[in-house]
Amino acid sequence: MTDENIRQIAFYGKGGIGKSTTSQNTIAGLAEIGERIMIVGCDPKADSTRLMLHSKAQTTILHLAAERGAVEDLEIEEVLLEGYLGVRCVESGGPEPGVGCAGRGIITAINFLEENGAYEDLDFVSYDVLGDVVCGGFAMPIREGKAQEIYIVTSGEMMAMYAANNIARGILKYAHSGGVRLGGLICNSRKVDREIELIETLAERLNTQMIHFVPRDNIVQHAELRRMTVIEYAPGSNQANEYRTLAKKIKENTKLTIPTPITMDELEELLVEFGILAGEEDYQKAIQSGTKAPAGVV
Amino acid sequence: MTPLESSTLEENSTVETKDAKELIQEVLQVYPDKAKKKREKHLNVYEEGKSDCGVKSNIKSVPGTMTTRGCAYAGSKGVVWGPVKDMIHISHGPVGCGYYSWSGRRNYYIGTTGIDTFGTMQFTSDFQERDIVFGGDKKLAKLITELEELFPLNRGISIQSECPIGLIGDDIEAVAKKSAKEIGKTVVPVRCEGFRGVSQSLGHHIANDAVRDWVFPQHDKEKKAGNIPEGTPYDVAIIGDYNIGGDAWSSRILLEEIGLRVVAQWSGDGTLHEMIKTPSVKLNLVHCYRSMNYISRHMEETYGIPWLEYNFFGPTKIAESLREIASKFDETIQAKAEEVIAKYQKQTDEVIAKYRPRLEGKTVALMVGGLRPRHVVPAFYDLGMKLIGTGYEFGHNDDYKRTTHYVEDGTLIYDDVSAYEFEQFVKELQPDLIASGIKEKYVFQKMALPFRQMHSWDYSGPYHGYDGFAIFARDMDLALNSPTWSLIGAPWKQIDE
Repeated sequence: MTDENIRQIAFYGKGGIGKSTTSQNTIAGLAEIGERIMIVGCDPKADSTRLMLHSKAQTTILHLAAERGAVEDLEIEEVLLEGYLGVRCVESGGPEPGVGCAGRGIITAINFLEENGAYEDLDFVSYDVLGDVVCGGFAMPIREGKAQEIYIVTSGEMMAMYAANNIARGILKYAHSGGVRLGGLICNSRKVDREIELIETLAERLNTQMIHFVPRDNIVQHAELRRMTVIEYAPGSNQANEYRTLAKKIKENTKLTIPTPITMDELEELLVEFGILAGEEDYQKAIQSGTKAPAGVV
Repeated sequence: MTPLESSTLEENSTVETKDAKELIQEVLQVYPDKAKKKREKHLNVYEEGKSDCGVKSNIKSVPGTMTTRGCAYAGSKGVVWGPVKDMIHISHGPVGCGYYSWSGRRNYYIGTTGIDTFGTMQFTSDFQERDIVFGGDKKLAKLITELEELFPLNRGISIQSECPIGLIGDDIEAVAKKSAKEIGKTVVPVRCEGFRGVSQSLGHHIANDAVRDWVFPQHDKEKKAGNIPEGTPYDVAIIGDYNIGGDAWSSRILLEEIGLRVVAQWSGDGTLHEMIKTPSVKLNLVHCYRSMNYISRHMEETYGIPWLEYNFFGPTKIAESLREIASKFDETIQAKAEEVIAKYQKQTDEVIAKYRPRLEGKTVALMVGGLRPRHVVPAFYDLGMKLIGTGYEFGHNDDYKRTTHYVEDGTLIYDDVSAYEFEQFVKELQPDLIASGIKEKYVFQKMALPFRQMHSWDYSGPYHGYDGFAIFARDMDLALNSPTWSLIGAPWKQIDE
């Protein structure tokens, strides 16, 4: 079973928003200050640990279980590897796209970890979960006894904010039964106009905080190409310091809240307010005149 | 162990039979409002002259009321496909559904089990966690290859989907097509996941559709190639007889005696090739309307084959049915039908002379699946018995419409009756015999009430046809007049009578 002193956190967010990159860099930052951490990758793509292990993809629990016959035939050492700064890494894995049930796979994998004592001698467990909470399996990490703090990675782009709001709904659903809380929004900048202000406003509406604004920097790409975190690849860079700051903020974070997700209408109003979406009137005009979308949308 | 306290025996008393409508209201009282409102629609009293029984049917059961219903998988694998004896039916999914439905119905068949017939065997893909996570298509394909190696005389394979198959979205149709090519035999994927629909009834429909989509195209192909002979003008198929305890056999005898050629049995003691041949028959004879009306209608629309419902329970209906069937053919058949009816008259008279005096005036309450709640009623009438209540597990409105021809004014009608309701009705109405299923049997027998299973014939049968009627009469007598019932009360609780 899980040690109650372990802080279990999870990173959620729209697909492609940079969850894996953000989480691994943040964890490297935590590891630097001496925290003992385990990363549990909950994405069939199994790319939540590559920057820690410097490998394409590690052997996943489910892949090995499928080869052997059942998870009972696995030893924890075979799938729990040590990466950069001693961070323990494990990937649930899952089926190839279009077959089977990835959600069930995550449940199976997490059960396996619990039963085999993976949750021992740790300060942090971090779950990296696939894009949207599409079914019960992907909500597994936020159920009772798992992650208590959720960090939503988002940007000022419309779809990322939609996803963030949806995830807040998922957290709300489990907030009362399992005690999960929202730790904050991490803005992974896409250089959208007034992005900080926008995400801060969204955070306020969701009854949370924008815990950190991570600026966009090409050095992240350079590090990723070498399968490294920025902290390892360019420890002296500005970007490395940004991740260190985020790590520190998460470590010291006490603002854990029950989110107040907003309706689709409210979200759209917010976007209109910030000029990301045009108002209803502009749309009607645009539809009637047959012209392309108003300038604000692009 | 002492038997449970039997209220009917000991507190028995002489409760006047209440007005049935009042009784329904009284029984409904214990339900919470929402449940009461729902169940109310399923209980009624038949009124002479009405076109149906005044109950709603084929609706989701009320949670917590303990329904007797099954699931779509049960309807497809257990009822429609299972009896096709020369095919291997794979219970595709985790082992439980297959194991607990293993040999669940008494579909008799001729053949060498494990060699050319597989009726009492159980095949499963035995899903493990890994098959759920990674999908089971590969395993299924491998399983089919293995089956072909181990049982080379199988004529085809059906894939009966259990719930997880639909949840994880396996593409069993693709596997079926590919495997069929590989083994050169028919492979039928059936999407009968248990969570679909409100009862086993949808499973029957899905199974019928699978025949239409995966079996009949072979008929059309063979027909085109000139490989299906024209047949005789007397070719018929028995549709919806599952040969419980040999029912189809005792029916087939009569049809053959009147000069018809039974070329296919659906599906009791039936084969895949009988199914493939069926679109060439002249008339489809439908016994279980509920489970096979779909394919009968399809054959009517597509191949122009008329279909006729008949009833082989009890001499009255048998004679009526034989005459109606014969009326669809020429005079030779009609004359033979009269000969057959006359031939069995003596046997029937003897059965009735022997048993009717012992059963006369006894009352029966029925509750069966989708056909027998109406079909067996005339057999009881033939023995001088009286029906006081009947209902279907999974009948539809068309079944309740057909029921009006069978029941008398004032008969209690209960649809998808709950365990509690049925028990209350029986306690109040005190039928002499309850005819229902295994789930009801011991409840009532412990109340010292005579009981016969009407799904499995209590491991007896056949009950169809003239020969079957003789067995039916004997069995009802055995149940009703057994001296056991007088001994069932606890000796320290004297019955004052």
